[in-house]
Amino acid sequence: MNVIEFLSQPWPWYVGGPLIAVVMFSLLYFGTEFGVSDTLRNICSALGAGKYSSFFQFDWKTGGWNLMFVLGGLIGGYIASTWLSNPDPVALNPATITRLENWGIEPTIGIAPESIFSISGLLTLKGFLMIIGGGFLVGFGTRYAGGCTSGHAISGLSNLQLPSLIAVVGFFVGGLFMTFFILPSILSL
Amino acid sequence: MKYIKFILLGIFFGIVGTKSEFVSWFRIHEMFRFESFHMFGIIGSAVILGAILILIIKKGSIKGLDGEQISFKNKDKSFTRYFAGGTIFGLGWALTGACPGPIYILIGNGYIVFILVWLSALLGTFVYGLLREKLPH
Repeated sequence: MNVIEFLSQPWPWYVGGPLIAVVMFSLLYFGTEFGVSDTLRNICSALGAGKYSSFFQFDWKTGGWNLMFVLGGLIGGYIASTWLSNPDPVALNPATITRLENWGIEPTIGIAPESIFSISGLLTLKGFLMIIGGGFLVGFGTRYAGGCTSGHAISGLSNLQLPSLIAVVGFFVGGLFMTFFILPSILSL
Repeated sequence: MKYIKFILLGIFFGIVGTKSEFVSWFRIHEMFRFESFHMFGIIGSAVILGAILILIIKKGSIKGLDGEQISFKNKDKSFTRYFAGGTIFGLGWALTGACPGPIYILIGNGYIVFILVWLSALLGTFVYGLLREKLPH
């Protein structure tokens, strides 16, 4: 097995998690802080949202490093899917697979349900709700909470911040409610 | 040139996210159904190692790249904004299977429809900015 083949296998949680901590530490070392949702506020500001709300009146270029970081993330996603891809489906719990199949979702291809997260999926009601509705809630909620998974769950909890713990509890309250009570209805549309 | 290190670190983050599958809608769904340890293991081990690294930084053993002591800002004390905002984000996270970082990584993975998730997230951020004065924090 060569290096590329070795890296192309799925990485277990005990590799992925510590490497996220390394990313967080590197950003601190560079004099910045891990928090991806700030890029959304930055881009709003760069697009002129300051004309409508003082919340966007700041020098968005101070977040240029973060925009470069997420540009890198996009490139990294391309590299991983192009040269480090693995033909096997995500190794999900068989119970998860059975339930998804009952909803008509094919969990054996790719890393997201391609029947929903595709252009043809967007033109269905459930696809529209999940793509456009979901995206809106992510953007609104992260800014209201002052951070997302990177800013609160990783950076904030690592720094023992009580506000971040409250936010993460909220992430799960919302996520569990959606997953158990709303998502089944959306997927049955 | 000062941006190169951020692009390289981002590339590393994108590869880690794709290969450890935390950008996968399936993994997020499985997490919210408590049907796998995978995502809890990722977040848990990241936080434990992160907390150890931050403790070492705070003891002053590691200085920043600029030679200065690394400083931390405490988050503002409040309950409402974190719980309400967090819950709204959680509703969206379970729909898209992606928090902001993975949105970028998934676009790179070729899921181009996530450009629309991203545009909608920008709109959500913009609407928050418009309503901010009226919302309880």
